This record gives sequence, C-alpha cells and structure tokens, in this order.
Amino acid sequence: MPEDHANPGSSSSTATAGAAGDGSAVVQFEDVSIAFDGKPVLQEVSFSVERGQTLVLLGPAGCGKSVLLKLANGLLKPDSGTIRVFGEEIDKLRRREVYALRARIGMVFQESALFDSLNVEDNVAYRLHEERVPEAEAHTRVVEALKFVELEAAIDKFPSELSGGMRRRVSIARAIISHPDLILYDSPTGGLDPITSTTIIELVMKQRDVWHTTSLVVTHRLQDAFILATHRFDPATGGMKLLPKDGADGGIDEGTKFLLLNEGKIVFHGTTEELVRSDDPWVKRYLE
Amino acid sequence: MPILSPEVFIKKQVAAVQEYSILSGRAIADIFSRPLYWGDIFTQMDSIGAGSMPIIIMSGFFTGCVLALQSVTALKEFGAVSMTGSLVALSMVKELGPVLTGLMVSGRNAAGMASELGSMKVTEQIDAMRALGTDPIRKLVTPRLIATVFMLFFLTIIADFSGIVGGTLVAVNMLGLNASSYLHSSYSSLVHGDIVQGLTKPIFSGFIIATVGCFFGMRTTGGTQGVGRATTQAVVVSSVFIIIVDFIVTRLMIGIFGS
Repeated sequence: MPEDHANPGSSSSTATAGAAGDGSAVVQFEDVSIAFDGKPVLQEVSFSVERGQTLVLLGPAGCGKSVLLKLANGLLKPDSGTIRVFGEEIDKLRRREVYALRARIGMVFQESALFDSLNVEDNVAYRLHEERVPEAEAHTRVVEALKFVELEAAIDKFPSELSGGMRRRVSIARAIISHPDLILYDSPTGGLDPITSTTIIELVMKQRDVWHTTSLVVTHRLQDAFILATHRFDPATGGMKLLPKDGADGGIDEGTKFLLLNEGKIVFHGTTEELVRSDDPWVKRYLE
Repeated sequence: MPILSPEVFIKKQVAAVQEYSILSGRAIADIFSRPLYWGDIFTQMDSIGAGSMPIIIMSGFFTGCVLALQSVTALKEFGAVSMTGSLVALSMVKELGPVLTGLMVSGRNAAGMASELGSMKVTEQIDAMRALGTDPIRKLVTPRLIATVFMLFFLTIIADFSGIVGGTLVAVNMLGLNASSYLHSSYSSLVHGDIVQGLTKPIFSGFIIATVGCFFGMRTTGGTQGVGRATTQAVVVSSVFIIIVDFIVTRLMIGIFGS
C-alpha cells in the first residue's frame, strides 16, 4: 500500500505543508508513530488541523483512527514524533498541565462512555461539577446543552434507560457543555441505525456551523463524511441544508477536510474535491 | 493462553511492579494536594467500614470462640487453663484480629474495587474521566486508599473486641471458667507493644487492599472476562501480600518492642 501520493491532495504535499504550520494549527502531528505489543498502529503520521476546520478521519476498521484521536487528547503517548495541541506538546506536559489543557477539549467516545452510576444531568454537568460551578448555573447550562441535542426530557434518566442514539447525544452534550475549542468525535454514528446516524451528524454539523468549533471526526461511514462536506446547518429550519452547487464554494464546505488512513499510514489528506478526484487506486476502491 | 518466553514473562512482571509502584506513589502524593474528593472518601468509608462491619463482627466473634475452645484443650495438658484469657486476647490483638480483618476486607473490597474500576476501564469511562479533565488516580484511587486505611484500623479494633467477647462467652458458659479472672488475665497480659503491633498491621493491609484492588481494576483489558480475571487476581494478590507483610511487620515489631 503506497504511503504517500503525488496527487494534489496527497499526504506528502498537504500533510507536510500542514505540519510546517502557520501558528494557527489547533492540532499538529509530526512523524507520530505508536505500536502496541510490537505491532505498529500508526507510522510516521503528519498532519495538522487549522482553527475552525473539521477533519474527517476515514479508513477501514483497525487502521488507527481511534488511536489517533486518543493521541490528540493525550490519552495515549506516542512512541516517537511530536503532537502539538493549541501549540503545546501534549506528550511533554506534566500531569496537571495535561488535565488543564483537556478543559479546552471535548471528546465523544465510540460507545458514549457515560458514567453509568450518574444520571444524565450529572453526566453532562460532570466537568462543571469538577470546576466547582454553582449548582444553579450548572443546571442552566445542562438544560442548554441538552436542548442543543434535543434531549432535555431525559435529564433525570440514567444511561441504562437510554437508547444508543440517546446515549450518543448525551455524550455530545457532555462534550460541548464547556464550549471547548476542539472536539474529538470517535465514531459518533457507530452502531446506530441510519436515521439516528443522520441526527447525530446533524448535531456535529450544528456544532461546527453554530460554534465554529475545530473538530476531528472519526467515522467509517462515507455517507456521514460526505453529508458533513456538502451540507450546512440551517438555523431557520433547525435542520441541515444542502449547500448550493452554484455558490462560491461550489456546494462543498471549505472547512471540512479528509484524512484517510490505512494500516497506520496516511493514504490521503486533503479537501473533498481532491478526495473525489484522487487517482490513487486504493482511495478509489475505498470510495466505491 | 499463549506460553511466554522467560524473558518476556520477567519483563512483564517487572513492568507490572513498576506500574503498581507509580500508581501507589501517585495515590499517596495526591493525598497531600488539592482537590481531595471528600464526597468519594466518605462514600468509600461507608462502603468499606459500615458495609464490612457484619462480616468483621461475625468472623472476629467466632474466631475468638474457637480459639478459646482449642486453647483450653491444649492448656489443660499443662495445667494452665487460667491462661486461656491471656492466650485468646494476645492472639486476637496481635495476629488474628488484624490478619483476619485484612483478609475479609480484601475478599470483599479489593474484589469490589477491581470489578468496579475494571468495568469502568473496559467501557472507556476511565478514559472519559481523563478526557473530561479529571485525574482518575486522584478521583478513584486516592479516596479508596484513604478510606480503606482509615476504616481497616477501626474494623481491626472491632474484630479484636468481638474475638475477646466470643472467647469470654465460650470460656465462661461452655468451659466453666470464672469470668472475672478470665477478663483479668486477658487485660493484664496485653502491653503497649502488643496494641501497637496489632494496630500497625491494618495500616499496611489497608494500603495493600486499596492499591492492589485499584491496580488490577485500572489495568483491566478484555471485556467482562477481563473484569472477572482482574477481580480474582486482586483478591489473590492482596491476600498473599497481607500475609507476607504481616510476617515482616511482626518481625519488625518484635525487634522494636521485644517478644
């Protein structure tokens, strides 16, 4: 499998340019490698995500997408290479500094990872309780976050009483409650039915278009990725709307980029247009 | 289960000791810095202390009973039945009280900690906690460490007392010994060193129960099967450690206070 490609959207061109950085990169990976039990999971991965950008991470199962996300949040340490988040080398920070940095990052886990002994309100307010936010203010903000994900009726329920889609929405509410500067979505639609998946993608889009939050979205569903690239959130209808093809951006959200991983290596990094026009045989096969 | 080469096996064991040491060190260091999760400390104290009380009272009481029965049989041979109270009290306070309490709480709470934290680990709740800016060692391990050490100290006193009461009841009601002389013998045989020895051991046992239980919980992998494995390992390792450390502490205390 080719590591880099010569096409305009290839990892060699775009990733290197991104890695050089212009100071506005929110997340920056430079030659990052990690292995588990001697088996390489990510190999010399370099890319960057600029402020306000949404980077969709695609690739087959087990290619290292979730590991990459955990590295970006400092939940794992790389074996080699450098990871900068908000300009800080996250793997070089002290324990306390890492936790302080994470206050600016929201994360949605693959299986929601809600605290099963806490109800929805306490789950969503977890970060606020840790920050000793007064109870009344915390409640107001929880209601606000639950309204955002259209789940305010479930405020007193426990995770075991919720469906998979509802849990995922609570997880999103928990991630956005502190209005983070970066959100990491680990397969937010994984294991959900198509209708619920669309609802979740709509929420990701709403967060992107309303709050302009920088985000990394891991998914293995191409349709989710392309919905993000070709739609925008419409505040008037409260739903998503297809971007007009005759618009200045050609019907594609310019802030949404793609990164394709295969066997721990970057196969493609670039815009939607570059992705669909890619000559790389693996990319073509993957898109088909 | 794959067979590991001796080199890989030793490396894994050394790495586990290193991980355990780091976890224990951090849990102790977190006691002396903010924030301390007082709510979690009191919840754990209730679970470990109040929750373990019935089994500690029962096991202490019946250990005292059986000790009195067995002692009388042996002491009768030497015409020293009057020493039964002394033997029961010394055995309970110096050895059986602390060790039995440690083992009972280990079976109950080290298992509970490993399964609770293990379940959180395999469902990514611990990662979620870290992602939300909370240090899981500070939030989960340190409160359990403080609560276990603190409560085990008092549970040991309760076990000692229950054992002496049990021994007294058997000696007086079943063996026909004089209650007053039995209790006097028990009381007069106990010296300062015995009490210190008996109450030093639960501090170490509490530390072992909390750190070993949390250690196996925090490194759980492999889904529900892994949680079961972690729970078993936590109980086995903490029980063995308690007995080994009991021997070391006893030797140290004999060195300090004499026999």
